[in-house]
Amino acid sequence: MSILSTLMTMPWIASAEPPAENPLASTSPKKVALVVFLGVVSSVFFLFIAAYLIRMNYGDWRPLRDSQILWLNTLVLVASSFAFQRARNAAGKEQRQSTTRYLLLAGFLTLVFLSGQLWVWQQINSDGNRILTDPASAFFYLLTGVHGLHLLGGLYVWLRTVIRILSGYSAMTVRLSVELCSVYWHYLLLVWLLLFGLLLAT
Amino acid sequence: MVAVAIADQEQVLHEPQSFISRYIWSQDHKVIAIQYAITAIAVGLVALVLSWLIRLQIGFPNAFDFIDPASYYQFVTMHGMIMVIYLLTALLLGGFGNYLIPLMIGARDMVFPYMNMLSYWVYLLAVLVLMASFFVPGGPTGAGWTLYPPQAILQGTPGATWGIILMLLSLVIFIVAFTMGGLNYVTTVLQARTRGMTLMRMPLSVWGLFVATILGLLAFPALLVSGVMMLLDQVIGTSFFMPAIVDMGEQSTYSGGSPILFQHLFWFFGHPEVYIVALPAFGIVSDILSTHARKNIFGYRMMIWAIVIIGGMSFIVWAHHMYVSGMNPYFGFFFATTTLIIAVPTAIKVYNWVLTLWQGNIRLTVPMLFAIGFIFTFVNGGLTGLFLGNVTVDLPLSDTYFVVAHFHMVMGVSPILVIFAAIYHWYPKITGRMLDDTMGKIHFWTTFLGTYAIYFPMHYLGFLGVPRRYFAFGVTGFIPESAQMLNATITIAALFVGVFQFLFLFNLVWSLFKGKQAGSNPWEATTLEWQTPQTPPAHGNWGPELPEVHRWAYDYSVPGAPRDFIPQTVPFSETPFQIDTEHES
Repeated sequence: MSILSTLMTMPWIASAEPPAENPLASTSPKKVALVVFLGVVSSVFFLFIAAYLIRMNYGDWRPLRDSQILWLNTLVLVASSFAFQRARNAAGKEQRQSTTRYLLLAGFLTLVFLSGQLWVWQQINSDGNRILTDPASAFFYLLTGVHGLHLLGGLYVWLRTVIRILSGYSAMTVRLSVELCSVYWHYLLLVWLLLFGLLLAT
Repeated sequence: MVAVAIADQEQVLHEPQSFISRYIWSQDHKVIAIQYAITAIAVGLVALVLSWLIRLQIGFPNAFDFIDPASYYQFVTMHGMIMVIYLLTALLLGGFGNYLIPLMIGARDMVFPYMNMLSYWVYLLAVLVLMASFFVPGGPTGAGWTLYPPQAILQGTPGATWGIILMLLSLVIFIVAFTMGGLNYVTTVLQARTRGMTLMRMPLSVWGLFVATILGLLAFPALLVSGVMMLLDQVIGTSFFMPAIVDMGEQSTYSGGSPILFQHLFWFFGHPEVYIVALPAFGIVSDILSTHARKNIFGYRMMIWAIVIIGGMSFIVWAHHMYVSGMNPYFGFFFATTTLIIAVPTAIKVYNWVLTLWQGNIRLTVPMLFAIGFIFTFVNGGLTGLFLGNVTVDLPLSDTYFVVAHFHMVMGVSPILVIFAAIYHWYPKITGRMLDDTMGKIHFWTTFLGTYAIYFPMHYLGFLGVPRRYFAFGVTGFIPESAQMLNATITIAALFVGVFQFLFLFNLVWSLFKGKQAGSNPWEATTLEWQTPQTPPAHGNWGPELPEVHRWAYDYSVPGAPRDFIPQTVPFSETPFQIDTEHES
């Protein structure tokens, strides 16, 4: 374990060795920051899910009917994540055209997913005996809403990347952005699968 | 947040040209640190005045017409929230974190300067939203700083409409600001360390700030989650936290929600928050003690382990704030046990501070006085924490002044003393001038003795059973007349201590123009920030060449060395001496 061996070093013993470069210095700070940020997002979703699991044990909880549209939405989000991966591979090979194509496809699929989620919202809303303040539906809006907001935040970065690549930058210069976007999308796909499983199971 | 984290521009060092880009929309970590500090101190003054008003009512009940029960609760709530979040957290992490991290690890700036700037302006927005709640109909919320539902959003509680909404909004905005700052601090520590600055050569200040930031990044989401859900309960009438309840004689539309769920979420944030404030203070005080005792910090590694262990454990002690809410005895037993265990690494730190002083060549400078004062206050507040960590002791004491005394000692006065120590210590680097010594000493003794005069007697009031949170005590069989006299005395002490803080503020301004020139390293310290080519450090901190680090941060009084400190930048070949490793742990 490198963390343990780091914590075991004895820095007070003077060393005549030349000072070493920080091993992380050549990594992009954005990558490190994204990993840390995903830790923060994980904490948010973990706590929302914990609150959900605790709240559903109370007497007034009436489970939602499972919406079939959610299966479709899930497929779309998987496809979007897949497209991002293709875009990332293409950017790695400096194929500008196919990077652009897959990038646009991924964003489009994400928008389809978000519209699909709104459709489910609409469906629950029009279900006569459910009101907004019913705990199960309130949690459904909340969890899907928070997840959707995170996707929207991602779409902002996606948009900036698309604008850059369409305005003539090479695939190489947007490579890092595409890579980080794809990591973020895979992560949010994972979160969605977790949320979806939770909603199905309860 | 996402957007900025990913899309931030690559770091380019461009010297700011105009006054506005240099001091207002500045991306320089040192300017942002000062902006954070000034804002935090300004809003802290509001909280100080609120504490005066609280004390006036308790010391001299009903002598002041403008303090009615509603406004009293508003003062208490705003005082607590401002002090904990908007002063302590912002000043320690936004202020000292920003100033010290890049300088101490040998970086030119934070890795995302633009996001760092945004962090400050979003923080300022959070403060303005909070302050706005003083001027809305109904005034600020009076729900207590813990904002427990259901009362926080029910009629009858002051500020149950606009006040609480603005409070929750402000907290959410603050969390956004903190996350932007926190991502910066963590990434900067991980990545921007200069050549030779290994993790185990970092000064303990940086370790404390680093681990505290990680705690904040993981714990503030709990406040975000509970804040958002309570906002929804208040604004659109969901029942996440709100149970079925009769409100003003009418059955409310809420049903089935769980106030206890809010408490769990709140304290899952609230307890790490104590350490978000404490860990930077621990780190900073370690460096100050070592520098002014001219001795290496005792047990450097152990200090780091303790910081890491405390950080990890701070997530599994939260329910000790909820013993009186009622819980399964086994649950209480678990949290009492973890609470007692977390005292072990904390006690190790205290021993190490004392052993650092042992046989040191102590210079009783103003920062050193504050640092030593911190040890006393922290031991005092920490020991009462051990009492309160036990369920059976906590139950009778929880709603009394004993708890007020405990948490003010341990997380009010203690970190504030470190903040003062740190300001006196680093002011010469920040401004190039020394703070006035005489004013500093007056400030120390009045603050240190004064806060003891305020909080020490409160322990006795707590034993008597005097309840906290009460606007007035009325006639009871168990509160003797003399308790009222004690309360009046405490109030007078509080007024005095408050007034002497203005002497400190005067000193800050006066010394800016009239203070003694400091030179680059007035305390003869080893850490990097004292080795900058200019004082105050210029934009980019280091001139053309980044410093190289050859040793740890605590080479004080090394036997055989020509001077009693060896800066971290000095290679071993220049001073081939080292501390006596036979006798060091």
